[in-house]
Amino acid sequence: MSVNWFKYSSPQTFFPLAGRLALGFGALAVFTCAVGLYLGFFVAPTDAQQGESYRIIFIHVPAAWMSMFLYVVMAFWAGIGLAFNTRLSGMMASAVAPTGALFTFIALWTGSLWGKPAWGTWWVWDARLTSELILLFLYFGFMALQAAIDDPRRADRAGAVLALVGVVNVPIIYFSVKWWNTLHQGASVSLTKAPTMAATMLAGMLVMIFAFWFYSIAAVMLRARCIMLERERASEWAGQYARGVA
Amino acid sequence: MNWGSLDNFLAMGGYGLYVWGSYAVTLALIVAELVMLARRKHNAVGRIR
Repeated sequence: MSVNWFKYSSPQTFFPLAGRLALGFGALAVFTCAVGLYLGFFVAPTDAQQGESYRIIFIHVPAAWMSMFLYVVMAFWAGIGLAFNTRLSGMMASAVAPTGALFTFIALWTGSLWGKPAWGTWWVWDARLTSELILLFLYFGFMALQAAIDDPRRADRAGAVLALVGVVNVPIIYFSVKWWNTLHQGASVSLTKAPTMAATMLAGMLVMIFAFWFYSIAAVMLRARCIMLERERASEWAGQYARGVA
Repeated sequence: MNWGSLDNFLAMGGYGLYVWGSYAVTLALIVAELVMLARRKHNAVGRIR
């Protein structure tokens, strides 16, 4: 069987596929979000220690997860672009960055609103919180650097170096609760131990992780389409598409 | 979980400000991202034509 792996590596063929992916994953995100919030607010019980304040978990943990995962995805595409000089890779890295920054901010914001009732403070400079804040600055740095360079191919390369250097921060965030004494609690869910939470709470959280995942894919695909149209505006296919939309 | 009334649901056991403050900002940011994406696409198409 011969598969043409490069068929979708050109913007022209990827553009319509990205549109279909955005639609499909967007619909999945709406559905899983509805299920996850139902589980989170109407099925999961009140927490014995934290009362209802723990319900922030259904967006806090998925957002924190996505903030790290999207950074790795961004660094992956940036690295591929740097190594193979493929056009689409750099566009994908740029398309991931704002959504990654969004989820990093949401993780910090919801964490702050959870920290106040749980710890009595909005913010502490502990390892988990500080390294997550650094992640936000890495996303901002990546976007600012790309915006400052006019030539998109040079902007991709400069951004890729920053993205790859910054990826070292992701394991630091993840393991910070083990490596240092932090106010932030350790992981509630891991592969090696039974989860330390009620089954319905866990189910709601996992479904919301999927919802955020699907949303991220949809948003990144929509942004990738914008970037393709912007960068390839002189091409035949972009012109055809623009005339078709009108 | 049976909340009994809408007031109880909104009060979140006294943590309403924290819980709804988290959810409202998350929703607002996601809506803002989608609006910005729609505008960016519109502008990109406009520049081509």
